[in-house]
Amino acid sequence: MHKEFLMGNEAIALGALAAGVRVVAGYPGTPSTEVLETVAKNRTDDVYVEWSINEKAAMEVAAGAAYAGARTMVTCKQVGLNVASDPLMSLAYIGVKGGMVVVVADDPGPISSQTEQDTRTFAQFCKVPVFDPSGVGEAYAMVQDAFELSERLGTPVILRPTTRVDHGYEAIEVADKDAWKSVAPEGFVKDSSRWVIFPRLSVINHAKIERRNEELGSELSDSGYNRVEAEVGSAKRMGIASHGISYTYVCDNLDERDRPRLFKVGTPFPFPEQRALAFLDGLDEVLCVEELDPVIERALIQVCGKYGLSTKIRGKLTGDIAPSGENTVESVGEAIRGFLHPAQLARKNKDAEPTEESTAPQLPVRPPVLCAGCPHRASFYAVKRAMGRSKTVYCGDIGCYTLGNARPLDMVDTCLCMGAGITIAQGIYHVEPDTACFAFVGDSTFFASGITGVVNAYYNQANLTVCVLDNSTTAMTGHQPHPGTGRTMMGQVVDAVSIEAVLRAIGLKTVETVNPLDLDRAVATVQRVADEPGVKAIIFKSPCVVLARPQAKSTIDQGACIGCLRCVRELGCPAIFVRDGKAAIDANQCTGCTLCEQVCPVGAISGGERI
Amino acid sequence: MRDDIILCGVGGQGTVLASKLLAAAAMERGLPVKTAETIGMAQRGGSVFSHVRLGEGSSSPLIGRGRADLIIAFEPAEAVRQLGYLREGGTVVVSEGAIVPVSATVGGPAYDLDAIMGYLRERVKNLVVVDAAAAALELGSAKCLNVVLLGAASRSGALALGEGDIEAAIRRLVPERFLELNLRALEYA
Repeated sequence: MHKEFLMGNEAIALGALAAGVRVVAGYPGTPSTEVLETVAKNRTDDVYVEWSINEKAAMEVAAGAAYAGARTMVTCKQVGLNVASDPLMSLAYIGVKGGMVVVVADDPGPISSQTEQDTRTFAQFCKVPVFDPSGVGEAYAMVQDAFELSERLGTPVILRPTTRVDHGYEAIEVADKDAWKSVAPEGFVKDSSRWVIFPRLSVINHAKIERRNEELGSELSDSGYNRVEAEVGSAKRMGIASHGISYTYVCDNLDERDRPRLFKVGTPFPFPEQRALAFLDGLDEVLCVEELDPVIERALIQVCGKYGLSTKIRGKLTGDIAPSGENTVESVGEAIRGFLHPAQLARKNKDAEPTEESTAPQLPVRPPVLCAGCPHRASFYAVKRAMGRSKTVYCGDIGCYTLGNARPLDMVDTCLCMGAGITIAQGIYHVEPDTACFAFVGDSTFFASGITGVVNAYYNQANLTVCVLDNSTTAMTGHQPHPGTGRTMMGQVVDAVSIEAVLRAIGLKTVETVNPLDLDRAVATVQRVADEPGVKAIIFKSPCVVLARPQAKSTIDQGACIGCLRCVRELGCPAIFVRDGKAAIDANQCTGCTLCEQVCPVGAISGGERI
Repeated sequence: MRDDIILCGVGGQGTVLASKLLAAAAMERGLPVKTAETIGMAQRGGSVFSHVRLGEGSSSPLIGRGRADLIIAFEPAEAVRQLGYLREGGTVVVSEGAIVPVSATVGGPAYDLDAIMGYLRERVKNLVVVDAAAAALELGSAKCLNVVLLGAASRSGALALGEGDIEAAIRRLVPERFLELNLRALEYA
C-alpha cells in the first residue's frame, strides 16, 4: 500500500484495476469522465478500455465481456444511464458471470447536466444493488467490494458517486500495482437457457431477483458501509440518517461531544432493514438528510409502517430538506439546527441581520461562453447571417455548442438530450412546413445518437438542414477521441469513420463540407444548401481551438476603428472588449481565427492567421 | 492545526494547479488534506473555485459559508463573490487585475472595479492586494499569477504552510522548463 492524493474518479479507476477489471467501456460525461481516462492511463496490458459511441453500446460491450467471465466496468453520467437503460433492465434479469460494476455519476445541482435524477431510484427500478460512496477513500473501497458482490451474486452492481465525490480530492492508501488482482476469465460457455432472454426465463429470474434482494438487504445490514453511530452527550431520542457527501456535511455541522444518533447508509438498495431497525430503536424523531430523491426517507417510513414503529420520519417529504438542488454545508447545518433546536432557530430568524450580498456592489455575471476563436461561433454566425430574417428554428444539442444559445449569437432555440436536435427539428417541420428547420449536432454527438435521427428524418420525408459542427474531438468533456478521430483509447491509429460518407450512405443528395472560419464561403454554402429540398447536411469542419496552436493573433488598428462595435455586438468573442468606445483585442485570449477581421466593416482588424 | 482555504477566479487562470500545489505542500508537512474543484462547463470563462481543507477534523471537502480562514482570489469580482465564505477576522489575498466578461460588454451587469476594490478594502481587515499586471510584466508571463498569489498568501501569515513547503511542492509538480519562472514567482513581492 502507498498513499496517493487522488480525485474520487481516479480512486474508482484504481480500485477497479486493483480488483482485476479486464474490460472497461463508457461514454464521456461530466462528472464521470475521469474514471475511464484514469483506467486508460494506468492499465496493465491485459486490460481493454474503450470510449464506446454511447452508453448503450458501452453497457452491451461490458455485458458481453462479463458473460465471458471477465470483470468489467461501465462508466457514464446519470443521463447516460437513460441511454443504457434498455440493456441494463434486461441484464438485471439475465445476470453476469464475471463481476460487472456500472459507475453512474449523479449530478445534484445540476452543475453540468439536464436532470437531477437519482440513480439510487434507478437501482430500485431495475432491481440492481447500488453503492453510494461518501468520499474518495470509500469510493476506492466500495468499487472493489462491488466487484466481489457482483461476481458472487451474478448481478451487475451500480456504484453511484455524486459530483462532489467524483471531483473531490483526498490523500488515501491504495494498493501497489503488483498487488492488483489478476483474474483470468473462464470464457463464454454456451447455455441458451441462461443467456437468451425469453418471457419464461424472465418470470423465473424475476422471482429469484426479488428473493435475492431481500436476503441481500439482511446481509448488507451487517456491512460497515451502513453504520449506526451511537448518540453522544445528552441523548434526546433523536437521530439523523444520511448518505454520500451529505453525510460529511452532517458531520461538519455536529458537535462531537453532543450529537444525536447517526445512520449512514452506503447501500440504499437493497435497503439494510435490520440495521435501520437498530437505528430507529427508541427514537422519537429522525431527520433524513439526502440529496436528490428521498430514498432513505421513504425506506425508513416503510420500515416504521412494516414494524409498527411510531418514530416520526422527517426530511424532504416534510419540507425540512429542499426537494431539489444540491445540499451545502450551510443548508444542512440550518436543517439540523431546525431539527435539534427549533426554538433557537425561530429566534435567530426574527433578528436576522442584513446579509453580505445586500450591501455588496453589483458583480458581473460569468456564464460559460464559447472560447475565443471557437469554430462553433463562426458556424452559428454563418447560418445566422445566411438566413437573415427568414422564418427559422435552430435546434441545438448537447456539447460545447449548446453555448451558442447565449447572446449575441442566440442560435439555440431547443436543446433536450443527446442527438435529439435532429428529430426535434423534424417534429417542428411536420407542424410548420414553411419554417426552415436547422439541427446543430457535434461530431461526437452525431456518432452517439445523431445518425438514427438523420435516417428517421430522411426516411420520413422531412425537410431540414443538419449542421454537423465537426471539431474533431469530444470537446466539452475534455477532448476524448471518437470514431471520426481515427484514434482509440487503446492508443491505436485506426480508419476514421467519415461523417460525410455516413450521410451520403443514408441517401442524402446534398452534403457539403466547409471551413466555418471562411465566412463568405460558409454563408454562401448555407444559403445554397438550405434551399435544397429534403434532408441535407453541411459539415462545418474546423479543429477545436483548445487543441490547435494559434498561429498569429489579430490586432485592431485603433486609428482605423470607427467604434461601431459590430465585432463586439455580433460575435460575443471573449477576446474582444471595449476601450474608450473602440474595440480592442486581448492578446492573451486571441487565437487569430480572423472571424472578427471578416466582420469588421472598415477593415480595421488584421494580423490573424487561422488554422 | 487546521486551515480552510478558498481559491477563486475565472476558468483558465490556474486555480486548479494552485490548489494542487497547496495540497502537495500540505502532504510534504504530513497534514491530511481534502480539496474540491469546479470542473466541466463552468470552466469555459465561468467563475471557478477550489476549496482546500488542511489539517485534522474536517469531514467534507467543501467549506461552509463564514468558515474559511483564507481566500486567495485571482480576480477582484470573484473575491467579492466568495466573500461570504470568509470567517470573521479571515484574510483575503487578491490580485487586482480585473477580467471583464463578455456579458458586461453586451448589456449584462457592468464591471465597476473601483466599487469592487473599495468594498473589499472596507469589508476585509486583513487584505493583501497583489499588483498582477506588474507581476506579469516583471516575471514575463501572466501564467504564474497563481504562484505569485501563493507566495503572497504564505507571507501573509494566514496560511498554515511556509514558503519552503510550497517550494518543495513546486519542485515536485511543475515541469522542469517552467520551474525557474515559478520559483521566481513564489518569491515575488
